[in-house]
Amino acid sequence: MNKNLRWIVLFAPLVLFIALAAFLLKGLGSDPTKLDSALINEPVPAFKTVDLYDTSIVYDESVLKGKPILLNVWATWCPTCRAEHEFLNQLASEGIPIVGLNYKDDSRGKAVNWLNTLGDPYTINLFDPEGEVAFEFGVYGAPETYFIDEQGVIRYRHVGDVNARNWQSTLKPIYEQLKQEAQ
Amino acid sequence: MSRFISLLFLLSTFVFCAAAEDAVSRSFENEQQRETYQQLIKELRCPKCQNQNIADSNAPLAEDMRDKSYEMLKAGKSKQEIIEFMVDRYGNFVHYKPPFTAATAVLWFGPVVILIIGIGVAVLLTRKKKEQTALTPEERAQLEQLRKNDND
Repeated sequence: MNKNLRWIVLFAPLVLFIALAAFLLKGLGSDPTKLDSALINEPVPAFKTVDLYDTSIVYDESVLKGKPILLNVWATWCPTCRAEHEFLNQLASEGIPIVGLNYKDDSRGKAVNWLNTLGDPYTINLFDPEGEVAFEFGVYGAPETYFIDEQGVIRYRHVGDVNARNWQSTLKPIYEQLKQEAQ
Repeated sequence: MSRFISLLFLLSTFVFCAAAEDAVSRSFENEQQRETYQQLIKELRCPKCQNQNIADSNAPLAEDMRDKSYEMLKAGKSKQEIIEFMVDRYGNFVHYKPPFTAATAVLWFGPVVILIIGIGVAVLLTRKKKEQTALTPEERAQLEQLRKNDND
């Protein structure tokens, strides 16, 4: 037998084993509750819904186009949303446009009251009592934050709270990139 | 132990009841539509409570997905159309029968490839052994000689 071939046959199982172990190890560290969105690099889905404060105002998907924005899905029944609220206020004060999607909340009054007492970081407040808009986005919990580019294309979905740490490490660079592309 | 088993049995009947009740309490145009609905809610996976189908899950999202499936069936959509609708929004994760794609190919072919490698290695090793045990003509002559001497 050829000497090279011998070496290949000898080490192939080891290489295969290391590759398999690396693959499985990667799976071990990942959080199975964090799903990739099916809508990455897809335009925002069409929807129609009303304003949280004034239900006579009707919005559609065009409010999510024109500049890079964040779409934050929240509800008063969601404790993690409470945890991230302060940070969203801070992002808003830095001039980052965040659209709020109030998702299947207990009541409109409760949601309005929450924003009045804790502060309103949102440039627009979408009201989605039946979760119909959220369904179009593939929302499966709250909070979720979508990063939408200038063209209205969904570029990233963050599941769970936005905080100073993950903003600095992951989310801010994504937002900065969308801003750069828009220029 | 027997108490544990009976508890399991009791709990399992609850699960079946929940799924069956949902299909019974809704009205369908015919039995076939009811059947399709039952298949759908068993095949669709709840993204929130990840290892349950939407028939078994009581999560609000699973409820919404059941409602949506029902509405779409009533609107004349086929089972495949409803599955595609869900997959478009929630990804392949949502269907318990994942499609054949580049990413899932390794799952389908992996075992076969490993089996082929195994058989290949086994064949290679046994063949090598045979080569080593085979005698050269000189050795064979020597052996013949030895045998002859022994017989004498």
